Amino acid sequence: MSKMLQDELSNYETVIGLEVHVELATKTKIFCGCSTAFGAEPNTQTCPVCTGMPGSLPVLNKQVLEYAIAVGLATDCEITRYAKFDRKNYFYPDNPQNYQISQLYLPICRNGGVEIETEEGGVKTVGIHEIHMEEDAGKLIHDEWEDCSLVDYNRSGVPLIEIVSEPDMRSAEEVIAYLEKLRLIIQYLGASDCKLQEGSMRADVNLSVRKTGAAQFGTRTEMKNLNSFKAIARAIAGETKRQIDLIESGEKVIQETRRWDDTKGESYAMRSKEDAQDYRYFPDPDLVPVAVSEEMLEQIRAKQPEFRNEKMKRYKEEFDIPDYDIEIITGSKHMADLFEAATAICGQPKKVSNWLMGETMRLMKEKETDAQDLSFSPENLAKLIGLADAKVINGSVAKEVFEVMFEEDIDPEQYVEEKGLRTVNDEGALRKTIAEVIAANPRSVEDYRNGKEKAIGFLVGQTMKAMKGKADPGAVNQILREECRK
Amino acid sequence: MSITDMTAVEVAAAIRAGKMTAVEAAEAMLARIEEQDKRYNCYVTVDRAGALAQAREVQAKIRAGELTGPLAGVPVAVKDNMCTEGLLTTCSSKILGNFVPAYTAEAVLKLKEAGAVILGKTNMDEFAMGSTTETSAYGVTRNPWNTGHVPGGSSGGSAAAVAAGECCYALGSDTGGSIRQPASYCGVVGMKPTYGTVSRYGLIAYGSSLDQIGPLTKDVTDCAAVLEAIASHDEKDSTSVERQDTDFTSALVEDVKGMRIGIPNDYLGDGLDEEVKAAVLKAAADLEGKGAVVERFDLSLVEYAIPTYYTIAAAEASSNLERFDGIKYGYRTEAYAGLHSMYKKSRSEGFGEEVKRRIMLGSFVLSSGYYDAYYLKALRVKALIKKAFDEAFAKYDVILGPVAPTTAPELGYSLLDPIRMYLGDIYTIAVNLAGLPGISLPCGIDKNGLPIGLQLIGDCFQEKKLIQTAYTYERLRGGFPSGKDQEINSPEPDEKEECRHE
Repeated sequence: MSKMLQDELSNYETVIGLEVHVELATKTKIFCGCSTAFGAEPNTQTCPVCTGMPGSLPVLNKQVLEYAIAVGLATDCEITRYAKFDRKNYFYPDNPQNYQISQLYLPICRNGGVEIETEEGGVKTVGIHEIHMEEDAGKLIHDEWEDCSLVDYNRSGVPLIEIVSEPDMRSAEEVIAYLEKLRLIIQYLGASDCKLQEGSMRADVNLSVRKTGAAQFGTRTEMKNLNSFKAIARAIAGETKRQIDLIESGEKVIQETRRWDDTKGESYAMRSKEDAQDYRYFPDPDLVPVAVSEEMLEQIRAKQPEFRNEKMKRYKEEFDIPDYDIEIITGSKHMADLFEAATAICGQPKKVSNWLMGETMRLMKEKETDAQDLSFSPENLAKLIGLADAKVINGSVAKEVFEVMFEEDIDPEQYVEEKGLRTVNDEGALRKTIAEVIAANPRSVEDYRNGKEKAIGFLVGQTMKAMKGKADPGAVNQILREECRK
Repeated sequence: MSITDMTAVEVAAAIRAGKMTAVEAAEAMLARIEEQDKRYNCYVTVDRAGALAQAREVQAKIRAGELTGPLAGVPVAVKDNMCTEGLLTTCSSKILGNFVPAYTAEAVLKLKEAGAVILGKTNMDEFAMGSTTETSAYGVTRNPWNTGHVPGGSSGGSAAAVAAGECCYALGSDTGGSIRQPASYCGVVGMKPTYGTVSRYGLIAYGSSLDQIGPLTKDVTDCAAVLEAIASHDEKDSTSVERQDTDFTSALVEDVKGMRIGIPNDYLGDGLDEEVKAAVLKAAADLEGKGAVVERFDLSLVEYAIPTYYTIAAAEASSNLERFDGIKYGYRTEAYAGLHSMYKKSRSEGFGEEVKRRIMLGSFVLSSGYYDAYYLKALRVKALIKKAFDEAFAKYDVILGPVAPTTAPELGYSLLDPIRMYLGDIYTIAVNLAGLPGISLPCGIDKNGLPIGLQLIGDCFQEKKLIQTAYTYERLRGGFPSGKDQEINSPEPDEKEECRHE
């Protein structure tokens, strides 16, 4: 970065607020009984309600309300005791009624916030302006060959919550810390899997810049189509620079919606405020107001899970594992669940943690797997630990078995039997093989006898190879040393 | 007695007694429609084959003792804004000219459970927007009492079909008087139940917070029986109410002793035809003679009902009708350049004038900057109107008044001036705004030979008081002529628009 550009950037402050859409993990849609399962044949999970047929009426799925309230409680929001749904009117073919049922006037949650850790190691609260419930639209498929557009209404009516933050963030790092925090809270609640790539979590970035110390916010733009944390960071950097350049060259930032193209690394304008639509919001007369009783709130409060901070504290007290491990394991609800379940079965937290921190992390990196997509069961992990403890298999075989388990969640006991991977405990056979190895490698035996400790490693390797890996390396080592000294 | 002279309950009794079969009843009605509907145009669609098939099925169930209710086997007509699976449902609009629903409205299902035989779908003002059935894309319906006059609306086809003996009873819907006013114009009984009593699932919405399905019948007994059949708590309709007191036929009791009846002075003021006023006051005096306590009072706020209604109903309609876009079903324009042009042309060509007028009005009152001044203010006035009724019902069991300021106007008269048409709804509209039940029944005939309607309004969930009062009055009044007997008075229609779908 040139000196000039650096100076230019440091004279400005970036102000960011986020609108985060989260697809809720309900089995059925928000206003009808259709399935929300992903990946079905187009238009097979539809009914008169979610295709906007004349005369059909919406009925609120209670689970959506419960999830929205649970997220609100976990983010310190006030829960609106008398909430309403409003219609947002706009014409588009993915929207079968040509209005979306959303919440404008009385959203379910308001005035909350989450704490994030800043780069400097401090703690900062990002305010949450509101959380509202709404329905997703269908999916448009443009068929270039046939020159037509097709609509799939399977996604129409899938429940969403939109979490609108205050403009409290000042850098890409803070934005990502906030998103990670939100994601973790929602995953802990089981309210959504929050996958950015698959669109179950979508973030729109509202960004403006102002001279450092200025009291007024600058004109903001809204950026869409951000499918990963990396894309978000790049888009923030790109948009910050674009706005500063505009201001520095005497031009004005226009309030508009922009689409980020991550491959090109630039954004382009979708629509400006001038052609912004008037959505003619009004309360949906087909839905009755949502009255949240104290009893309902209590029930949801009682069902709130143990969140990360509480979990970390408990792990420190209960398990003798390093703080670093605790941080990584609780960084994903699924990983923490795996840890606790496997520990409960085998009673060896340290060993479970080692598998998660070691082989699991290695394979996750290698195979680009998210923690929440780990598919092996805690039962199988506990079995594997049991097999290794009982020396039924040795360490390297255990790793080999784990790798298969990681991919296919096989039962390690069955797999070891089927593949004949049991450690050979027949000392006679082992001694026979060792005798052969010693006979074949007189040079190494000589080296060992002359004090070259390394030579024993080679001989162990040769023996294991001859035993096809199925020997207990400890026993091999011990017998080899005995034999060589003879 | 010919089936066309019998009430629904009488027809069902005859079928149960084996004097007639459901198939014979359906055939007689279909023959009647065949013979004279060219004259009245009550139906948009007549489902001859479907009706006969249903009649055979129902007859078998009656014989097997599976269907014993008071409506089993009786032919009915359904307003064309209620979805019927496999049967064209147009809302009398070009935009739904080819729309065949994949499901049946809950109220119609309830009738089917009761053994009703659906003859077809009746004409209406397009999307229920109008008070004369003249805004239909499929031609006007004529008043059987005098074919030079309108039948009222928007459920004009249903009311005229009952009056003309082209069905034993009919379903209508009432958003601002659309059941009660045509019932009044056609000399039949019509009832708008308390909001939430009949499921709206499958009723193509006009003003969702005001719409309610109800019966159009030959007498009060039929009205109670039909309402009993269609009232239900429906989990598919969030605004549906769970009620235990839907045994409406138990209120068919001839007794008004001590019944407190209030007549709003506001309902007897300027604009009310003298003959209508006299007939209504005569009915009140008759009830007083039977022991009712009748009083005049000031209801207040009545003059605000019309602007409030047209703001709220139009706002909701502008949004409800957005789904008719030519994309998924219904009319699509032939030539268009791009999505926007397809929307614009399909809707411009598919909707009629009155519908477009209300969509524009509704879009305006909801638009940014005007929402508070119009829509929100209208909601506040609506709440005040409800409060005024609450105060009235603290003093009275029933409110009595006219249904409409005049009897049925001549064809074409209302179309000249929409505001004049809107003002005709003055006595019916407040009932919808307050969510109350209201019944209309004939109480006289004017010098032109057209029927006059009496309106009784009850507090929420007090349909039984209305039925009891109406039933008592009906017995006092004695038999009332039927529209079909007036044919002799009617001039032949000049021309008949060919519009029937088969």
